[in-house]
Amino acid sequence: MASGVKPRVKVPKTASAGEAITIKTLISHKMESGQRKDKEGNVIPRSIINRFTCDFNGQNVISVTLEPAISTNPYVEFEATVPEAGEFKFTWYDDDGSVYDTAKSVAIG
Amino acid sequence: MKRTQLKTLGSTVAMLALVAGSASADEEANLVVNEEIEMVVRTDAPAHVENLSTIYSGWVFRSDETQALQMDDFDNPGMIFVDQAAERWAEVEGKNGKSCASCHGDVEEGMKGVRAVYPKWVESAGEVRTLEMQINDCRTNAMDAEPWKYTSGSMTNMVALISVQSRGMPVNVAIDGPAEMMWEQGKELYYTRTGQLELSCANCHEDNYGNLIRADHLSQGQINGFPTYRLKNAKLNSVHARFKGCVRDTRAETFSPGSEDFVALELYVASRGNGLSVEGPSVRN
Repeated sequence: MASGVKPRVKVPKTASAGEAITIKTLISHKMESGQRKDKEGNVIPRSIINRFTCDFNGQNVISVTLEPAISTNPYVEFEATVPEAGEFKFTWYDDDGSVYDTAKSVAIG
Repeated sequence: MKRTQLKTLGSTVAMLALVAGSASADEEANLVVNEEIEMVVRTDAPAHVENLSTIYSGWVFRSDETQALQMDDFDNPGMIFVDQAAERWAEVEGKNGKSCASCHGDVEEGMKGVRAVYPKWVESAGEVRTLEMQINDCRTNAMDAEPWKYTSGSMTNMVALISVQSRGMPVNVAIDGPAEMMWEQGKELYYTRTGQLELSCANCHEDNYGNLIRADHLSQGQINGFPTYRLKNAKLNSVHARFKGCVRDTRAETFSPGSEDFVALELYVASRGNGLSVEGPSVRN
């Protein structure tokens, strides 16, 4: 597992039914592209978050493929319509096989 | 801009009328972080700053997009590094088995208002100290741990964590008493031209703030927002690293970060921002 990886998300605590809310996500990750070389000239192996998904009550909201050119600490912001109270589940997939996830509940009100 | 210099606009009345709408809106922009902490980004210059009437935070000179990044902690990439330092705060290091928290307790209580008064004269040490020097003093004496390199990531992140506890408080650096000699030394350095380009700090940051330097607007060089997250290198930058960059850009041999010259300069430059809010970590390009 890459060091210092920490997922963060910002979701409103409440929304009205059918409302489109803005969701902000950020994961601290070095996103090593695999193109760089160290001082001795050896290639630094690629290590990136390659996929990000968000599900709401089991239904997929967004699924993103991330490429090596995406900079460090990838930030993804998107809108989602909330039909009912429930839970957003966020998942990031690392090149090294690690999976990071976090969840946030939204109430209707 | 941001702060297009009004005196240049004033020369063409017709042009002024065209630009006035957007320019004045920018002039009025205010910084409120998390819809909670109101920052002072422009205020009357302190009496000891002879050549400026108003002092401006570097935030005022940045583009709308960059400004917006600092208005919410989630959007501010500098907060990632603050989180990292918060973990370090409670981490036991060194032979004495202590962490920062062992002596200073909760960082929110223990470090409140600290950033606003540094650099300051430390009586027990008999010298003017920056926050970095104070942190390393804790590490070597109280914790018996390895000191951090002056501009290293660990150091700058810790300074940022300490700055956060003073956000919104006015910078209030003492320039009288035992600190005065160091302050005078810093002032002299500020107005001394260096390098092949023969530029002093004042040539850019006092005479030309608001004007373009290549594609960028010069700020007044205030350091109330340090440590600063720079979009160009995606990390927090310390005051002395910035000083070093500036002096290097005049094509001079630079002073070393942590050297007496830079400590004096930091004291002087910090005092020029007395009255602005502590913003660290700020976001700049």
